[in-house]
Amino acid sequence: MILTYESVSQIKEKAARYPHRKSAVLPALTIACRQVGHLNNDLYREISEIINIPYIEVAEAATFYTLFPKKPVGKYYIMVCHNISCALVGADSMIKFLEEKLGIKKGETTKDGLFTLHSVECLASCATAPMLQINQDYYENLDSKKLSNLIDELKAKE
Amino acid sequence: MFYSPVITNAEAVAKSDKLHLFNYVEDPKQIELKTYESRGGYKGWKKVLSSMDSNAVIDTVKQSGLRGRGGAGFPTGMKWGFVPKDSPKPRYLCCNADESEPGTCKDRVLLERDPHQVIEGMAIGSFAIKCHTMFLYIRGEFNHAIDIVEKAVEDAYARGHLGKNIYGSGYDLECIVHTGGGAYICGEETALLNSLEGERAMSRIRPPFPAVEGLYACPTIVNNVESLAAVVHIINKGPQWYKTFGTEKSAGSKLVSLSGHVKRPGNYEIELGFSLKDFIYDPEYGAGILDDKKLKGVIPGGASTPFLTPDMVDTPLDYESMAAVGSMLGSGAVIVFHEETCIIWVIYKLIHFFRHESCGKCTPCREGTGWLEKMVLKIMQGQGEPGDVEKIEDVCANILGRTICPLGDAAVMPIQSAIKHWRDEWQYAIDNGKTKYKNDFAFR
Repeated sequence: MILTYESVSQIKEKAARYPHRKSAVLPALTIACRQVGHLNNDLYREISEIINIPYIEVAEAATFYTLFPKKPVGKYYIMVCHNISCALVGADSMIKFLEEKLGIKKGETTKDGLFTLHSVECLASCATAPMLQINQDYYENLDSKKLSNLIDELKAKE
Repeated sequence: MFYSPVITNAEAVAKSDKLHLFNYVEDPKQIELKTYESRGGYKGWKKVLSSMDSNAVIDTVKQSGLRGRGGAGFPTGMKWGFVPKDSPKPRYLCCNADESEPGTCKDRVLLERDPHQVIEGMAIGSFAIKCHTMFLYIRGEFNHAIDIVEKAVEDAYARGHLGKNIYGSGYDLECIVHTGGGAYICGEETALLNSLEGERAMSRIRPPFPAVEGLYACPTIVNNVESLAAVVHIINKGPQWYKTFGTEKSAGSKLVSLSGHVKRPGNYEIELGFSLKDFIYDPEYGAGILDDKKLKGVIPGGASTPFLTPDMVDTPLDYESMAAVGSMLGSGAVIVFHEETCIIWVIYKLIHFFRHESCGKCTPCREGTGWLEKMVLKIMQGQGEPGDVEKIEDVCANILGRTICPLGDAAVMPIQSAIKHWRDEWQYAIDNGKTKYKNDFAFR
């Protein structure tokens, strides 16, 4: 088992609340992804056994939703919104700034496994653009100084 | 604790006897149940349970003229009335908190800063359709809002606002907070229902409409966060009060997100019918265009609504007036861009989004959005050839109205309007092998 006792309990608790167990697929994927950082076939199988639905149904749903990475990502998963409201105030340049700062291209992970950089679709933070999400958290109204400090702080934690 | 730095007009709202949704959103204590109750919270829910029947609630909301705030603008009370009265099946209410239309960020403020207002609205809506299990479908990225909302639901249960035999009325109501997986299509109600059932979020063919056969094939109502929050105030102050502001056909207030090239981007509650021009230039709202440049265009209702040119911005922000100038109020998301913005780049940004978010069920949308993205990119990169714009128009015409859900229409309407308003700019890019304006903006 990859999923911890705690994750399994959380999934079971969720599943019990719904009128139909299959509704627990998305919450289960969320819980699994929070624990592991990404999803894979082994996790789909474990989830399918916990909520007692066919494996293929879990895999089918999971592969539709882009929120869950399907490959390992760095300790800090950086998701930059590149949609129109953010792009009008420099989101694309912000991605280039991060590529230089981290020494990786969009879609890549730093060699030390700390950072993965991705662009994502609208995060509903349009009035505080440009912005990005790192793991669970939003960072809004960014400028190069703020962002540079943020990355330095995260690096310093290690 | 995390607190979004977004600007709101809460202070002005608190002083107004009309505006109401943003009354307390600048007070961090408002997320606490005690504070919400001390300000009259759950009074509407108590009133409904103690003195009204479901028809009375539906009639009240019908009379108020409240229209759905998620984008379509369908009258909320009428929607509730479509639930068959004699159905033996359980009924469900889903609050659509999957806010993800580019430009729209208003619901997040309510969820993060006044969650009980939303929960109370959901409860009243549930009672109106005799539902005993309600869902809050919240997008998975909103981790902070999810924590706030889950805590609020827990507190509401503990104080007896939710659960069994609420206030001794015999009415039971359960609330399940359901988190999404990052799919824009889940904002479309039938896709949301599929997602809630644990399926891929693909739209369903209608009929049957969700009000008749929705979640688990039972009667289901899907309402936007803001619509449900407004219901609380309509119940408390009466439908006649709600009709005293806004316009005749667009009653009440609306939350509008303002983003792009303005000096004061933010989330503002306005009376429907408020001038778009004032919204952009008034110091209390947008305060004008960034760096005092000239306005080039506005997307008035979120990424899926047609553009307005500067000569069209002197238009009231309401459902009818926006339709009259060929656009839509949509979800209430004004995106502004200045004179040095390349329209082809704007369209590339939008069509990239829609191609990415197409669920893939209908061929015209699945294939067409991909073709459009490639053709727009080709022109943007200076490789455009004579006839390309006409080809884009042809593909657009073959998507419009030919898909199960409105995503296909949403993808093509901005393109059609961008070609209509700025055809010379498309032609320039084809003739000169480059776009007239640059394709990026500095990160400051």
